[in-house]
Amino acid sequence: MSDVVLSVRDLRIAFDGVAAVRGLSFDVYEREVLAVVGESGAGKSLTARALLGMVPRGATTSGQIRLRGSDDLAALRGRRIALVPQDALSALSPVHAVGDQLAAAVRSVQRVSRRQARALAVAALDRVGIPDAGRRARAYPHEFSGGMRQRAVIAMAMVNEPDVVVADEPTTALDTERQEQVLRVLAEQREAVGAALVLVTHDMDAVRAHADRALVLYAGRLSELGPAPDVLERPRAPYTASLLASLPRYARGRRLLALPGSPPAPGALPAGCAFAARCPLAAGRCHTEEPEPADVDGRLVACHRTDDVPHPATDLFDFQEKQPA
Amino acid sequence: MSPSPLLDVRELVVRYGDFTAVDRVSFTLDAGETLALNGPSGCGKSSIALAIPQLRRPHSGEVLFEGRDLTELSERELRPLRPRMQLVFQDPYGSLSPRHRIRDAVAEPLKVQGRWNSADGPLRVAALLERVGLDPSYGDRLPHELSGGQCQRAGIARALASEPRLLILDEPVSALDPSVRAGVLNLLADLQDDLGLGYLFICHDPAVVRHFAHRVLEMRDGRLSAP
Repeated sequence: MSDVVLSVRDLRIAFDGVAAVRGLSFDVYEREVLAVVGESGAGKSLTARALLGMVPRGATTSGQIRLRGSDDLAALRGRRIALVPQDALSALSPVHAVGDQLAAAVRSVQRVSRRQARALAVAALDRVGIPDAGRRARAYPHEFSGGMRQRAVIAMAMVNEPDVVVADEPTTALDTERQEQVLRVLAEQREAVGAALVLVTHDMDAVRAHADRALVLYAGRLSELGPAPDVLERPRAPYTASLLASLPRYARGRRLLALPGSPPAPGALPAGCAFAARCPLAAGRCHTEEPEPADVDGRLVACHRTDDVPHPATDLFDFQEKQPA
Repeated sequence: MSPSPLLDVRELVVRYGDFTAVDRVSFTLDAGETLALNGPSGCGKSSIALAIPQLRRPHSGEVLFEGRDLTELSERELRPLRPRMQLVFQDPYGSLSPRHRIRDAVAEPLKVQGRWNSADGPLRVAALLERVGLDPSYGDRLPHELSGGQCQRAGIARALASEPRLLILDEPVSALDPSVRAGVLNLLADLQDDLGLGYLFICHDPAVVRHFAHRVLEMRDGRLSAP
């Protein structure tokens, strides 16, 4: 396996003493695509922000994040690690031409002339498929379509050829056709620049199509981490299985799997496994002892009952439960 | 003789100035049926959603709802019919007033339609919240105190308060996580089974459409494309 470019060790993020990310460790390898999945509130976006040294004000952070051995993430941001945000419209300044914003990103990092920065910006827009990039570089964000804006933001993240690009739900606001287009551009550019990609998403089809490995988070902790095809085909954590089982392709008749209950609120965590209250396998020490990630068939799984997860894992769940009438 | 469809849209045209957003679209929808409108952003799906209840008056064409052509009716004539066709939108927070408690949001249609009385109104609201899988205690909360899925359920409860026959669901689950989305889709399926509602289901996720809809209309550039 290739070298580690980014390493995260025991990352903890809390707000007013309430833990939102609770001891997360993982590596990102050179040139890989690591998908980070989990539902709202699992800590996906917060983790992504932490990788960029952009944790919200008021949060206390502990643990270690090292990018090529350095932990000064703010200094590396835009240079060695860059963000593709969810909302391209609010990521771009409405009062500056798109090309000028890219050129400014270049000049913030590289010692080049204005003219050279401009040329690099236009080339970057051209590479993401903005038609007539030289002319469109002078246009403002509102003159771009949603898909073009998202591609311009990808161009901006890639323009300084970083080692790691973090994409935080880059396609949530787009329709299916544009989602695929944006993911394709992101994958191509990542390949061309030679960056690793950390792809935060709740789209399991995007994970299937683009990720080398998948990191599944639940309630601020690692639930499962392993090669994406293995995790998707044969999940070893019941929570991963529940995410897959809720997809339409596993529906039984018209019924989809919808787990009862909701994730525990940060600050109201149970004593044992955070997923125990919703888990069909939970028993005994699941309710008293939080499981630590352990090696299971070449992946990390945090579950006391992982040996009892059936195959197919979707068999774990009862689909028939009706809503209250 | 077969009963007439719940909704019969004929040669519908919606224009914004010179731009034709919906170009001669025709379809029917039966009670108890889910008809999906699928297509990329800007293809005219949401324009159809607004033109059916005449929230945006179409340029031409007919919209027969329970046999009556809505395009011929005045606002006054539409008023008693509008409760029977309700909309549920994509953004669960944006479709409820941030300053109204959930119970007031659900009670509002009853009050506007003159069907509120202080004796059984609150019970009716509590029953509606339970019907969509929310504990009635959520009635005391404001929208921002609910999760996205809970908020979308509250929006559905508000739509049900009017006792509709037709729900126009404009991307009702696109903003939700997969597991939450599954719960809302199950709820909609249960409501349809129990109440015989017709659904016009606008969605751009092909997997969800294949799962949830009885029939699918593909749209592109304002027109239905051949199946």
